[in-house]
Amino acid sequence: MTERTAHTDLIRGIWKENPVLIQMLGLCPALAVTNTVANSLAMGIATFFVLLGSSFLVSLLKKLIPHEVRISTYILIIATFVTVADMSLEAIVPDVHKALGAFIALIVVNCMILGRQEAFASKNSIGRSLLDAVGTGFGFIIALLLMGGFRELLGSGSLLGYSIFGPGFEPWVVMILPPGGFLTLGFLLLILSWWQKRKATDQTGNQQWPDGVKSGGEAA
Amino acid sequence: MGDLVWILVSAMVVNNFTLALFLGLCPFMGVSARVSTALRMGAANIFVLIITSTCAWFLNSFILPHAPYLRLISFIVVIASLVQMVEMAIKKLSPTLFRQLGIFLPLITTNCAILGLAIFQTNRGYGFLEGMAFAIGAGLGLTLALVLMASIRESTELADIPDLAKGTALVLIIAGSLSMAFMGFAGLLSSA
Repeated sequence: MTERTAHTDLIRGIWKENPVLIQMLGLCPALAVTNTVANSLAMGIATFFVLLGSSFLVSLLKKLIPHEVRISTYILIIATFVTVADMSLEAIVPDVHKALGAFIALIVVNCMILGRQEAFASKNSIGRSLLDAVGTGFGFIIALLLMGGFRELLGSGSLLGYSIFGPGFEPWVVMILPPGGFLTLGFLLLILSWWQKRKATDQTGNQQWPDGVKSGGEAA
Repeated sequence: MGDLVWILVSAMVVNNFTLALFLGLCPFMGVSARVSTALRMGAANIFVLIITSTCAWFLNSFILPHAPYLRLISFIVVIASLVQMVEMAIKKLSPTLFRQLGIFLPLITTNCAILGLAIFQTNRGYGFLEGMAFAIGAGLGLTLALVLMASIRESTELADIPDLAKGTALVLIIAGSLSMAFMGFAGLLSSA
């Protein structure tokens, strides 16, 4: 186990315990709104704001919240911040708000946010809960941008609306449609587990092939 | 009447909650390893969806016109307390089912499909009957996706899958293919 310090609170959520890529939390928004980079960014920032605000309030009130009704209390706190985010986005960037549609309201039921309240903010000091929220929030934004980047690049041949491949590129329309979301995340996870496996074999100096490759070889 | 049937079919296959709108993915990933559990989870979902739709209709018609900014908060409170009640009922009536559903029953509260249904219903201005058709269609669609996924996963257990792809990555890629297959139903929209 790693030592629990303020530093690890912050860093952990960004990569090692990335909410989307490692813990598989908050998948609905990660798949639904990542068809362009701009949408991913707006969603990431809104979620970041809600996570930060509710972590702060939950760790501030942790002594006052009765244990039996804690989950409902957390959800109420989260819903309040989501209402704030929803109305602010509608006022500041109406276009993005329209593109994200119901998914802004659905931040309330993002398992990642409730998970952080239950697992961390309800047990730790305000400062450390904020650090944890910042780390996890950044991890979420990074994961969304990765997904959004891949999907927009392949699906429309552009990034942030600027054409990258030129007019000769035939866009893979499927990538910006729903199946593209599942496929992109699936392949990202494949790459990630390949990379981790390679790192593990490098460290032990063990040349043995992973089981799957060996049995594949036998089959051939 | 035709409208109601159309809403039901549309929510079930054309705009399937899981495969086209990405709602309710947590149970989709979590309890889709066995067909029997998937069926029960689907049934629990249909039940909660129907109650949610009724409550959302009630809140929308009688309470929220006076305080629109409370929409999200009141939806979530009503849904959370309902799920609590369903959980207690199932615990009493069928302890086996309760154990099988495990953590996923309380998590129906944070299931996007439930809140999503309430919000979509509001945004589209559905009345009571339309809401019912929408809820039943959405629930059947969720169950369909869960059961399809579970049966595919049961048969992949005996297959020779590379180590790398085992687990969530495989589930996601299967979901991607299923989702592509469901896109075929979009043709229903234009022919109607």
